[in-house]
Amino acid sequence: MDSQHKVVLRERDIHNALLRIAHEIAERNPDRQAPALVGIHRRGSFLAERLQPWLAELVSDDVPLGDLDIALYRDDVATRADAPVVHASHIDFEVTARTIVIVDDVLYTGRTVRAAIDALFDYGRPERVQLAVLVDRGHRELPIRPDYVGKNLPTSKAEHVHVHVHELDGIDEVVIAAAPAVVGA
Amino acid sequence: MNLLSIDDLDREAIERITDHAARFAEVSDREIKKVPTLRGRMVLNLFYEASTRTRGSFELAAKRLSADVVNFAADGSSVEKGESLKDTVLTLNANKPDAIVVRAPWVGTAELVSGWTDAAVINAGDGKHEHPTQALLDVYTLKRRLGKLDGLGIWIVGDVAHSRVARSNIVAFQRMGAHVTVCGPPTLIPRGIEALGCDVRFTLDEVAGADVVYALRMQHERMADAPVPSLREYAACYQINERRLTARQILMHPGPVNRGVELSGGIVDSPQALITAQVQAGLVVRMAVLYTLLSGPRAQAPLPEPQLA
Repeated sequence: MDSQHKVVLRERDIHNALLRIAHEIAERNPDRQAPALVGIHRRGSFLAERLQPWLAELVSDDVPLGDLDIALYRDDVATRADAPVVHASHIDFEVTARTIVIVDDVLYTGRTVRAAIDALFDYGRPERVQLAVLVDRGHRELPIRPDYVGKNLPTSKAEHVHVHVHELDGIDEVVIAAAPAVVGA
Repeated sequence: MNLLSIDDLDREAIERITDHAARFAEVSDREIKKVPTLRGRMVLNLFYEASTRTRGSFELAAKRLSADVVNFAADGSSVEKGESLKDTVLTLNANKPDAIVVRAPWVGTAELVSGWTDAAVINAGDGKHEHPTQALLDVYTLKRRLGKLDGLGIWIVGDVAHSRVARSNIVAFQRMGAHVTVCGPPTLIPRGIEALGCDVRFTLDEVAGADVVYALRMQHERMADAPVPSLREYAACYQINERRLTARQILMHPGPVNRGVELSGGIVDSPQALITAQVQAGLVVRMAVLYTLLSGPRAQAPLPEPQLA
């Protein structure tokens, strides 16, 4: 890895952060009905998948798991040069009257989360929506704040934060790269 | 960007649209069957010819993506007062549609319209020429059922001469790796159709070798010069029925079906017929087409700021 890249979280760190988040979710949701996890496509859905068994054990209940693709809800469809690729969403449980924890890898401008909340409401009316992210890198452009954070990572806008997961990238790590930022990530 | 002919799309582009269509299918299962993607965009349906499924599915597709839809039918419009196609398009274009879906009985109408507007023009059938979204939804339907089209033998049977569906589908099926044979009475097979790369048969003797039989509608409104002695005689020689179709073969038809003419009533309702699946595919494939053509920056120059008093 060249000097432009800095690994800030390794496999162990990610594991511990997610495990802590699972505990925090359980602690904050003592209700009778277990919260459901909804991962944002794509890496968020793998993180949600890992949280699920831990959370299920902590609340001794089934934790429904879904994933959400937000391409159709983006606020930049009219300005992007190309049509974003759409993936199917999978939410096979009743959203209405449940607590839903949205899970994503990086929280940045907040626009993705805004889109995810909009998308979620097309499936029903959740009782409560919470947000869990592995990395919060700041630079919010919307009034959105996470309920559970793996790691706060102060960055400059010129930097790029990459979350790599085993399932897609063969390795678990979070990397900061000094690449020009992509708007609206 | 326009969709005037299936020839505009290479295999990769066809696959991109059908892949997107598969993902749009999920939207119809939600409690709110609508996504905000094309909010503020306007789709104009310009229909100079009767159509049930094409117009309906374009309209619903646009609405599922939150676009506004304006329907224009030639009946009951200024066309009856003698307005020309060009003037009609220029008038409607003044409202700045983002897409115009054109169906007309004249070959090349969509292409002509595309020269008069900055909107994306989608050919929804121009005379005997082309019907590209039908070809896309047929490819999608077959992919859903069989996984892929590579190596399939597809017979297109019936009135090939008057069929825009045949022209678009021959190209699309072959581009996806299938081998196409057209079959029908010699009067209804255009001369030189082999140039599209398909085989020609004048009898159904070898139809047992086909994996898919795609029957075309006998278009009695286009039968003025009597290419067949009678529909009964046509049915005797070319009707697809339980006797001619084995259980392993798949049956398709673009609709509307003339029961008892090109298809027997029983075969239409059999599980090997994908006719209903084709209609359902129309919605998601047209969503994918509108999404592909209309996301991204508007082609038109922005309107000048309105002067408020």
